[in-house]
Amino acid sequence: MKSLFLLPEFMVVLILGSYLLGVWVFKKTRIPFLHPLVVSVALIIGFLSFFELEYDDFMRGGKFLSFLLGPSVVALGYLLYEHLLHVKGNILSISTAIFVGSVVSILSVVTIAKLIGADETLLISLAPKSVTIPIAINISEHTGGIPSLTVVSVVICGILGGIVGPYILRLIGIESKIAKGLAMGAASHAIGTARAIEMGAVEGAISGLAIGLMGICTAVIIPLLLQIIQ
Amino acid sequence: MKIVEGVFFIFLFYFLGECISYLVDGFLPGSIIGMVLLFLSLHLKIINSSKVKATAQIITGNMMIFFIPAAVGLMTNFAFLRENWIPLLVACVFSTILVLVVVAVIQEKMEGGWRK
Repeated sequence: MKSLFLLPEFMVVLILGSYLLGVWVFKKTRIPFLHPLVVSVALIIGFLSFFELEYDDFMRGGKFLSFLLGPSVVALGYLLYEHLLHVKGNILSISTAIFVGSVVSILSVVTIAKLIGADETLLISLAPKSVTIPIAINISEHTGGIPSLTVVSVVICGILGGIVGPYILRLIGIESKIAKGLAMGAASHAIGTARAIEMGAVEGAISGLAIGLMGICTAVIIPLLLQIIQ
Repeated sequence: MKIVEGVFFIFLFYFLGECISYLVDGFLPGSIIGMVLLFLSLHLKIINSSKVKATAQIITGNMMIFFIPAAVGLMTNFAFLRENWIPLLVACVFSTILVLVVVAVIQEKMEGGWRK
């Protein structure tokens, strides 16, 4: 029986099944913490531990899907192209805001974590936390972080920004639709964008643009900072 | 056929990205270089966006499937997470709010300046 669970095709069924279930749960409940990724990962880890299966067993099938992570990052280039079509003017302000936002994101998360006593592996894993997950995983792997911890931090930032983002923007008196969308995408990637789309079409499109720009900026700045430190 | 064409271009740019990554001694991951190359080729109209549109939309619309395996890797890092969850959580919370405020304020101020 257990040998059947070790078949790669079973693991693919497990992943796709959990994903579909996760999406269904989120659509039904609309509870931010029950994000489809959280639900599907919890289901899979629960299943694997119940049947005493290892991560390596899981990856016999998982590797076929995670191979497509790289191509999906490349495909984000298309979204960036599409989002940029909506932007008329404001190029200088948007690039300045995203560049500064990216530097602030990396430096603040690393500094705060270091002050509370995090070790170096955690610091490197946290650095890309404001970037969309596929790009964050690639940056984390590339710089020697632990990709799954990076995913945890990205999900926390996404869910948090999605919930409190609109209130904070109102609290500090932001009026520009571009500023609202840009901030939601820069701080909370796709989850922030989902919320920005509810705020309006301009906010949504700009937020999508922010995801791509933040990804590129962060991917360049982290190795630069690492070189300066070493 | 459109889908296959799109898959071809996406993998082509992924491969080109890996080639450049190799040339720059792995400064950036090949996938991210590939993403920038695809964006530039579309923006500069070197390739027509209709060639990759359908495929790119399917892939990006269901991306989560491709990073679930990496996220499940958390099961091998539970002990590490148990020891480090406080700095992780606190740093993420404060940093997220900071980024939100900084980006929004810069954009709002610069936009305002433009109008005057």
